[in-house]
Amino acid sequence: MTVKKVLPALGRWLGTFAVALALAGTALAQQPLKIGFGMSLTGPLAGNGKAALIAMEIWKDDVNAKGGILGRKVEFVYYDDQTNPATVPGLYTKLLDVDKVDLVVSGYGTAVIAPAMPLMMQRNLMFMTLFGLNVNSKFNYDRYFQIMPAGPEPAVGWTRGFFEAAMAMNPKPRTIALVGADAEYPHLALEGARVHVKRLGLKVVYDKSYPPNTTDYSPIVRAIQATNPDLVYLASYPPDSAGMVRAVNEVGLKTRMFGGGLVGPQFAALKTALGPLLNGVVNYELYVPELSSKFPFLEEFLKKYQARAAKEGVDPLGYYLPPYAYAMMQVLDQAITATKGLDNAKLAEYMHTHTFDTFVGKVGFAKNGEWSEPRVMMVQYGGIKGNSVDQWKQRGVVTVLDPGPYKTGSVRAPFQDAKN
Amino acid sequence: MEASTALVINAIIAGLLLGGFYAAVSLGISISFGMLDVVNIAHPAFIILGSYVAYIVNDRFGFDPILVSVVLSPLFFALGMALYRIYYICFEKRGQESLRGLAFFFGILFITEVTLVLVFGVDYRMVSSVYGDVTWRAGDIDFPMRLVVPFLVSVAMVVGVQLFLTHTFFGRAVLAVAQDQLALRLMGVNPVRVKELAFALSIATAGVAGAFLIVIQPVQPSIGREYIGLVFAVCVLGGMGSIWGTLIGALVLGIAESFTSTFFGPSWAPAVSFGLLLATLAFRPSGLFGR
Repeated sequence: MTVKKVLPALGRWLGTFAVALALAGTALAQQPLKIGFGMSLTGPLAGNGKAALIAMEIWKDDVNAKGGILGRKVEFVYYDDQTNPATVPGLYTKLLDVDKVDLVVSGYGTAVIAPAMPLMMQRNLMFMTLFGLNVNSKFNYDRYFQIMPAGPEPAVGWTRGFFEAAMAMNPKPRTIALVGADAEYPHLALEGARVHVKRLGLKVVYDKSYPPNTTDYSPIVRAIQATNPDLVYLASYPPDSAGMVRAVNEVGLKTRMFGGGLVGPQFAALKTALGPLLNGVVNYELYVPELSSKFPFLEEFLKKYQARAAKEGVDPLGYYLPPYAYAMMQVLDQAITATKGLDNAKLAEYMHTHTFDTFVGKVGFAKNGEWSEPRVMMVQYGGIKGNSVDQWKQRGVVTVLDPGPYKTGSVRAPFQDAKN
Repeated sequence: MEASTALVINAIIAGLLLGGFYAAVSLGISISFGMLDVVNIAHPAFIILGSYVAYIVNDRFGFDPILVSVVLSPLFFALGMALYRIYYICFEKRGQESLRGLAFFFGILFITEVTLVLVFGVDYRMVSSVYGDVTWRAGDIDFPMRLVVPFLVSVAMVVGVQLFLTHTFFGRAVLAVAQDQLALRLMGVNPVRVKELAFALSIATAGVAGAFLIVIQPVQPSIGREYIGLVFAVCVLGGMGSIWGTLIGALVLGIAESFTSTFFGPSWAPAVSFGLLLATLAFRPSGLFGR
């Protein structure tokens, strides 16, 4: 064969090969980017799980409308974890081995994040998680990231605002009652509260937990009242938050400040159901309309969320979890785009060393994967009239007590006076 | 009044009020499980169904949830009749009621729960009533109407059911079916029909108890599971098939829970309640009022 004959043949071969490569590349680029997760769509935390899913789907629609990530449309593969930690390891194994997802993120909450951790560590996966409280303290995994703004010491950061607000009172409080449900989150929150109690030299006059399925909370409140505490810190889940707030009102608890760690009043269901019973209660929130000017993009997201939430029968306000579920995906999006790939090691390294612009503000991660700075807002409810949800969409029923940059007022005390 | 005396009296009253509610949720089990020998493990699901019915009517029309539940109890009665008929034809008639019947009621429990999730979502639901946020005070003693009203209606319901069972022909037939079905047949009474109506009565009481539940605390579809242990405990403590026993057993558990919460810490309450149940059964295996 002469050179004259070989060269054109080689050229044809190379041309075909280049076209094949280009086609393969295009096909890869057109393959969807699959993100897998478990989410609580039934069971006790399903209200939050469904709300988070709506937020994540809004993000997916937004991203796909802009052409996807790295030219690939985003697709979700998710399963209902039934709010049951036992389902989680099997579910993530299926996502990775059967569904062959490109990345995984967590479902909502500590209870379903912790059981996924051993698998993530075993496979060296970067794990972006949604509202786990202090999960990584037990694992020390360097590819764990968490979107809840509790700070590098989550239990301490979560409860800090309550004590900052309390110690700003004059005279300073001296005694405290600590009470919470016998469950994972309240245990961690109370653990954090005890750190502050020790630091501030407060005397603990009551420190007890109750079973989560308690029906009547008035005996607990009366027992607390008998110890006459200056402060009452409560860490509770939605049903017991409602039960405790009702019991506190029925018994007429006399203390200077009550609340701190109630899960539930962040959502419209409990906000509207309890209505004026919440007046005077100090509690954490992650967003309130009073701060809308500080989160300019959030209003736009909330409009989209509220329209979908109304149809699907979940929290119609969406102030608590949905913005952070969206932000979690924004972080992931920015990290993938910046590292131009899905390499878990590179993603983790990038996330440790950069800050991210999200709807909930700038997010940076500490060494343990928690927010580098805590930003849990401690607020006091007041001036609530009736049970309308609309009053919660406007300013006027919430005073932000902490942190400083977001503060809109000081705590009103004692508790019974703050109720009026 | 001294603080400690007030604390004791409040603990007793809170326990009684709580016990009244426990009696309502356990009454149906006392009939179905205690008298008819039907292990209706789905009983809490009908309680939650009652809660949601009360919630819908309260939310749409503003009617009092407990009044709604009493007015609509014939619907639950009819549902109970239909359910027993299916249970009888599919299991009891074939002598397969023990294990398969249990699985049937488990299935009903989960189907009801999932249906509620699909229809109403998973958010907690509460109702509004004129007495819900009212507390009547006598000195240091509190009477939260949220618990007082369900207590009063519950006691009335328990007394009504007891009078019905002991003072009517049908009631005595139900008591007879619990003792000797063959004898009942010999008297010309159809025990299946009696059981059908008695089971329907038990479901009707569950519907009313559901309204009590949503008046007392927020409800979501899976919350009923938390009451499975309690309703059977009350039924066994009071004595199988004894309506008075159910009331007394419920009050005893309520007071034990309230006292423990007040004076020893709420986390001990379940242990004390069930310890009390075990102790009672050790000395009186048939329960407080069992024969």
